[in-house]
Amino acid sequence: MIQSIKPAPSIGKALDVERVRADFPILQRQARPGTPLVYLDSTATSQKPLQVIQAMDEYYRANNANIHRGIHTLAEEATAAYEGARERIARFIQAPSPRQVIFTRNTTESINLVAFSWGRANLNSGDVIVLTEMEHHSNLVPWQMLAAEKDLRLEFIPVTPQGLLDLDAYRGLLELEPKLVSFTHMSNVLGTINPAKEIIQLAHAAGAITLVDGAQSVPHFAVSVQDLDADFLAFSAHKMLGPTGIGVLYGRKSILEKMPPYMGGGDMIKRVSLRSFVPNSLPHKFEAGTPAIAEAVGLGAAVDYLSSTGMDEIAQHEHDLTAYAIERLEEVPGVWIFGPPAQDKGGVVSFTFEGVHPHDVSQILDSQGVAVRAGHHCAMPLHEKFNLPATARASFYLYNTQAEVDRLVEGLYQVRAIFGQ
Amino acid sequence: MDDLYRELIIERYKNPLYRGELDPHDISFEDDNPLCGDHIRIDLRVDQDDIVRDARFAGHGCAISQASADLLVEAVIGQSLEQVKGLTKEDLLDMLGIELGPVRLKCALLSLKVLKAGVYGLGEANDDLVE
Repeated sequence: MIQSIKPAPSIGKALDVERVRADFPILQRQARPGTPLVYLDSTATSQKPLQVIQAMDEYYRANNANIHRGIHTLAEEATAAYEGARERIARFIQAPSPRQVIFTRNTTESINLVAFSWGRANLNSGDVIVLTEMEHHSNLVPWQMLAAEKDLRLEFIPVTPQGLLDLDAYRGLLELEPKLVSFTHMSNVLGTINPAKEIIQLAHAAGAITLVDGAQSVPHFAVSVQDLDADFLAFSAHKMLGPTGIGVLYGRKSILEKMPPYMGGGDMIKRVSLRSFVPNSLPHKFEAGTPAIAEAVGLGAAVDYLSSTGMDEIAQHEHDLTAYAIERLEEVPGVWIFGPPAQDKGGVVSFTFEGVHPHDVSQILDSQGVAVRAGHHCAMPLHEKFNLPATARASFYLYNTQAEVDRLVEGLYQVRAIFGQ
Repeated sequence: MDDLYRELIIERYKNPLYRGELDPHDISFEDDNPLCGDHIRIDLRVDQDDIVRDARFAGHGCAISQASADLLVEAVIGQSLEQVKGLTKEDLLDMLGIELGPVRLKCALLSLKVLKAGVYGLGEANDDLVE
């Protein structure tokens, strides 16, 4: 019997990490003389490749001007660079139109924009907003502020002991007929990748609109707003190889068009008289004042870098690295890993070390050149739920290697030695 | 690194001499370091001459914050409240015998902030107390 040979699943080309690393000048430095840097804190902020640094440098050297109004060569070049970045970002997240891509300062500002523009205009006393217990403070506090102002009710999808969202409980919460479901696509602490498409489908069926906090997902795997059918998607440039100071809010056109402006000022208006104004069209309606032009250029270059490297290749690389890290960390006596197994998560491994505070773990690792984050990672309620004052967190990106995971593990044995365990 | 985690600090972290609470107490105050989640409570018993007769600390946090609290509480027993009010950042760092960067300094100084806020009868422990 002849069996047809199935082609191997298309894993694509493997990531050439050494080639990637050569693009990142900071990875060539030493943490201190004689100690190479092992950067395992990309969930807090990513490092930047030369292509991004040079794009911003070139913009300031050759094209700098204010955008949208000047009728001179530089102004036209700057406007083209800024709007060109918007178009690349729209393609990157498969937004139907660049007009649905609004530049903000970061994920936090994007969420605040939705809360205080859409939320103020559309929510009334007693309305329900559904969040989750694994949210970053940026997707909690704006809603708490709005809830206090408008007398809203906040409900939370629980996190199971395995670090996953309890979707049965979520179905129950939808019976409260929430107006909005706002949730993280990927937890910055647990690493859990939430089933965003399913959460959105269920929300829509219950009549709610949805906001996806993509701060950790957009940098690490392919995210399509059309495939997700998300109403809003928020993310930050600095976590995806771009500069600080710029973020994105994607929104469904029909919703954005009805939303009032968030901040008033230049560029967001069509016409102004002494006592009134007519707001500009999308996306400018939400971009008051001179925006972060060079940063938009940098984000555009970052998106080009990620696309040409391949988001699927990046995701596969991070998955392999995470699985390896979990396996190696589990060997170290006293280490306890907080979060689901590798198949349910992205490149984030939070852990505790028995008898040693995460700050001390982090400090000792730093002395070995290994940069990890320690604290509650802007997710205090999640830590409180699991009765953890803090955790240490190693996180991975396209430029990290297995050898760096080995350095982390060696550092943890040093922690054991110093604390006499 | 060997300096930061000198034997005294590891020893006081693992086996503190003054961990606990005083009931009753004359002065008690507690506060957090919001950046780290360190938490310190300090209880004092003070006699009619305003001399600290007994002191304990409770809480959780990193080795630096906990060892600093243990050493500080030990140092204030027998001191007058006036002397306690006069304690400085340098006094505490001398007790610890280490040099700290700006982030870890907050861990070390939490206990001093809590102590002074309690002694001054303030509602909150602000950073000015340890400058």
